[in-house]
Amino acid sequence: MELGGLLNYAIFFATFAGIFAVVALGLNVQWGLSGQLNFGIAGFFAIGAYASAILTSPQVATRLGGFDMPIIVGLFAAIAFSALAAWAVGWITAGLRTDYLAIATIGVAETIRLVVKNEDWLTNGVRGIQAIPRPAGEWFGPNAWIMLSVVALCLALAYAAIEAARASPWGRLQLAIRENERGATAAGKDVARARLEAFVLGAAFMGLGGALYAHFFGFISPEAFGPNFSTFLVWVMLIAGGSGNNRGAILGSFVIWLIWSGTEILTNRLPLEFVTQAGALRLLLIGLLVQLVLIFRPKGLLPEKL
Amino acid sequence: MTDFVQLIVFGIVSGAIFALGGIGISVIFGILRFAHLAHGDMMTLGAYLALAAISALQLPVLAALPLAMIGTAATAIAIDWLFYRRFRRARPVILLISSFGMALVLRSAIQLIWGPGNHVYESGISIPYVLFDIRIKPDHVMIVGCTVAIIVAFHLFLTYTRLGKAMRAMSDDPDLARVSGVDTERVVVWTWAIGGALAAAGGVFLALDTQLNPLLCWNILLPMFAAAIVGGIGRPYGAIAGGLLIGIVEELSTAVIEPAYKPAVAFIIMIVVLIWRPTGIVRSQT
Repeated sequence: MELGGLLNYAIFFATFAGIFAVVALGLNVQWGLSGQLNFGIAGFFAIGAYASAILTSPQVATRLGGFDMPIIVGLFAAIAFSALAAWAVGWITAGLRTDYLAIATIGVAETIRLVVKNEDWLTNGVRGIQAIPRPAGEWFGPNAWIMLSVVALCLALAYAAIEAARASPWGRLQLAIRENERGATAAGKDVARARLEAFVLGAAFMGLGGALYAHFFGFISPEAFGPNFSTFLVWVMLIAGGSGNNRGAILGSFVIWLIWSGTEILTNRLPLEFVTQAGALRLLLIGLLVQLVLIFRPKGLLPEKL
Repeated sequence: MTDFVQLIVFGIVSGAIFALGGIGISVIFGILRFAHLAHGDMMTLGAYLALAAISALQLPVLAALPLAMIGTAATAIAIDWLFYRRFRRARPVILLISSFGMALVLRSAIQLIWGPGNHVYESGISIPYVLFDIRIKPDHVMIVGCTVAIIVAFHLFLTYTRLGKAMRAMSDDPDLARVSGVDTERVVVWTWAIGGALAAAGGVFLALDTQLNPLLCWNILLPMFAAAIVGGIGRPYGAIAGGLLIGIVEELSTAVIEPAYKPAVAFIIMIVVLIWRPTGIVRSQT
């Protein structure tokens, strides 16, 4: 590969990993900080992606759209809609035990995917949404550096916000609930409310990640929001990086994405008859990697600092 | 009216399949205290093992079924021994995450071996029996008949064998069972054997009714958990009732809403039950 190609690839890599890092930070609020299992990341990711795509893309006859809003509006809308959805979900599921919450979130993501796939008037169904604008695209066209800067900025803001939240009394309350729910209740804390707040905050970042994804690719369809990709990969990233540690979440995103896309480069060199199966092989290896991390390094690369 | 009864017939068929998966989920939860998210994919594995037996040995589906059940039971025990066993002392949440990963491992392994496309056990159309304008496929009779037989066998095992009693004891109170001399690790192995075997049966039946593909039973994970939860998780008999309820309600719902939203119906029933009566519809004996 030529140097220019390598640089292009590096930018592409960093942008994608950065988007995952934003989502992983969101999961870290829900799981790392608050101890709530969310296996429905793909759902909130999809809501963010579609909210921003619909608001910013040009008019198309077959679906809702034509608002032509600036991207910054799309990003805030993505945050708002994901947070709203999480609030509705959390309000219903707030009292559930951890394992029930996990199953409920799978159901939520599945239901969101069904809506995205079947409500053509809203999302254009399986054909997806095209021509989603790129940041500053009207002046520079699709520019990889600008996209990377936008993602880096979002990631930095997300990190700063979540770190601040973690260090605040609110963050200590979350830790207290996670470690000793009864104690927190006995101390007069509103446990259900604190849980809901963490769930909504985490989902807001997942929505932001989804919107960045939409503007990065310029095209989204229901295919992208299955459980394998966004939900599972983000979990692996957080567990490998170190749940509870925000730097761990970011590090995990880059390391796992390096493994994920690195193996893609390798499997693309396989003979053609194997290439179609390469995706399955990579997923299998990632699934095994999770087991190994859980067995040998359950606290991840950067363990949580208490 | 005919349509209504026809939907109930379809509902009983899918309910039987949900019940087979739901029992396993319920028993595993009762003994090991975690929600086994790889259960759907374990069922898919069973369906594909039957496919392998059918195509390699030219067996009919009914003869391949026991082989698939044994193969899946063995796989379940192996997975537990290799992975889940190591997390027994950890918080149950870790097992949940591990099983979520295992679901992916199984699904990708299936896709690697058998490819991403669709398969069927036997091609050709079967002619349905017609009874008062209700169409019943021979496959459906077989599915429900075999499910009843399997569940009766399971019931006899649970009621009359020492091991079955030990399982119930451990599900009720693991510590009491341990101090009473129950070999808990042995019970765990048998839990996986039974959960795996029932899962394989459910997977084979679903594949018989539809088509095999790597996502076959991941797609019904939600209704199966709904069945287990509606029946009161940890109580296998409840899962049977829950499975039938979910199956029938799902099918009936297609009369009023888009069939594409069937999985969402199971999910809504589950949420309603979780909030309204978290211990399941059937009241606990204790």
